[in-house]
Amino acid sequence: MTAISDTARATRRLSLRNINFALVIFVVLYAAIVVLQPNYLDAALFMNFLRRAAPLIILASGQLYVILSGGFDLSMGAVVTLVVLAASMLIGGDPEMTWVVIASLYAMGLAVGLANGFIVSFLKVPSIIATLGTMLLVNGLALAWSGGAPRGDLPDNFRNLGRLVLKDVPLVGSLPIAVLILVVVTLLAWWGLHATAYGKRLLAVGDNPRAAELAGVPVKPTRISAFVISALSAVTAGILIGGFSGVSVNAGRGLELQAIAACVIGGALLLGGRGTVVGALFGALSLFALFTLLNLLGLPQALRDSLQGVILIAAVGASVLRHRRST
Amino acid sequence: MSIDILPAGRARRGFRDVPVPVVVIALAAIIYVTAAVITGQTNQISFAGLTGLLQRTVALGLVGLGQTFAILVGSIDLSVAALISTVAVLASYLMQGDPGMIVPAIAACLALALCVGAINGGLVAYWGINPLIATLSTGLILQGVLSAGFTYLGGRVAPEYQALAYQGLFGVPLPVLLLAVLALVAWFVLAKTRFGAHLYAVGGNPDGAKLAGLRVERFVLAAHIIASLGACVAGLYLAARLQSGTPWIGRDGIYDLESIAIVVIGGTALSGGKGGVIGTIAGVLLFASLDASFNMFGVDAFLKQVLRGAIVIAAVAVYAVRNKGHVA
Repeated sequence: MTAISDTARATRRLSLRNINFALVIFVVLYAAIVVLQPNYLDAALFMNFLRRAAPLIILASGQLYVILSGGFDLSMGAVVTLVVLAASMLIGGDPEMTWVVIASLYAMGLAVGLANGFIVSFLKVPSIIATLGTMLLVNGLALAWSGGAPRGDLPDNFRNLGRLVLKDVPLVGSLPIAVLILVVVTLLAWWGLHATAYGKRLLAVGDNPRAAELAGVPVKPTRISAFVISALSAVTAGILIGGFSGVSVNAGRGLELQAIAACVIGGALLLGGRGTVVGALFGALSLFALFTLLNLLGLPQALRDSLQGVILIAAVGASVLRHRRST
Repeated sequence: MSIDILPAGRARRGFRDVPVPVVVIALAAIIYVTAAVITGQTNQISFAGLTGLLQRTVALGLVGLGQTFAILVGSIDLSVAALISTVAVLASYLMQGDPGMIVPAIAACLALALCVGAINGGLVAYWGINPLIATLSTGLILQGVLSAGFTYLGGRVAPEYQALAYQGLFGVPLPVLLLAVLALVAWFVLAKTRFGAHLYAVGGNPDGAKLAGLRVERFVLAAHIIASLGACVAGLYLAARLQSGTPWIGRDGIYDLESIAIVVIGGTALSGGKGGVIGTIAGVLLFASLDASFNMFGVDAFLKQVLRGAIVIAAVAVYAVRNKGHVA
């Protein structure tokens, strides 16, 4: 009897420890926001919060795939910039063109993702250098193409993806299209990682590529696909960002680091092997709640970067300590 | 028998045995001269043209020297760009054109770099945080504080200090001499001292070095401090060169990525334990001559960024592609 109750207590303690760290941080931060601005408890305002956080969450779930495979994708921000600039130039204000252009944006994302994957898998360039290189390359291409100043504008049917809010939806009241897209993307990311053999293979590759290879996992295709998924998620985020922030040459600056930070806060292990989509989701929400809180407190925008640095160190440092204790 | 084997062994010596720095410098010279000849700017191949080329290597070269230590010991420093900006701004802010403040300003900058290096090294060596994340984060912290605190261009350096960047000795600009002297010192430390030998040991095999009785953490810490000091000197040079620092000077120069690229091009292994500063200097010469060639051809600034990205990838790939295993 005592033995059973002991194990029961042990499992309960374990499950307490397994509660997602990022979820707790998010709840605390959101509570702080509500204290400052009580109307954030409104369903409509919460939906709006989700809508603005959607690009970061989508980026984080894409980045998670690369992190789990053992790498980094620093070219995401540049892809967002490319998407926003390319969309404005290709569409040129013509609503007829929107869907064709969106398809071509995904083709560009596919190209960047494949390039990253091939450089890392076949040329053996460490992903942090490879994707920093493609970041420069893609950013430079986007700026050279647009001549350094954005031209043209986005038609309403394109921008609606990012900013339209459906009213009088049963159950939730208002529903931004961006949140709908967010839900679909997150479910897809969850399914891909936690419900397929592919997800298991990705974790195996990130944990120990050599062992995975010996066990018959196609390491190179698996890693390349992770970079492709990451780039495609950056395209999706770019379309949403273009929708509600409009066209700017700085549209994607710094987003890649925010996405990495979100994954790390969500408990993903750098250099691969461990991490969950739910963790990345709450990591991104925590980060965005923190930014919102800083805005409400009236702190300068630039300090965001500093705080992000502190969070990154704290999150990785905490996981190092946890790891050390458990081994 | 052994007489038979020796010539055979010698016969196998070929292109692969030429030291990397020699190949890289030759490549740099070929690129520079070809560009000058094709564009008809043969006046670039002169003493004045070459010193101009060398002048362009100084900032990146100084950062690269420090980065070499960090990479040799098996770590990496991504905070150098932010530190360069911080130092450049701090120097001009403290001097405010007053020659009496030159020495205190330099001392303050060096002290700051020491702290940043110690923090980087501490996070990596003692806390065990992934060096990419640790230094990226300290860079973010510095950059954030810097851009929040200095939204306007604060101050300017003393004219006497500025003159240092433009004066020369026997026709060689002082900054080029500074780079040469520091490169020599770095070479001496790495090649001729016990500290240098231990640094290679730690970078090549940290567990082995630990079992051999080396305090591995201290070497990682020291390498990070040296990397930060290198970035600090580069920032001080840029402040002198440009009269005043701006909060974006480091990021716009992409000194983090480019310093890593020149170190790797120079034959230093990203995994640590192999390489040296001569290669790094060769790498910076290659980058400077590429840059000069782009200018001679009149390549547009954005396109230059595209080419730089491609060159960095290609340069690292040349070494990395021979790896048998998988890389992170």
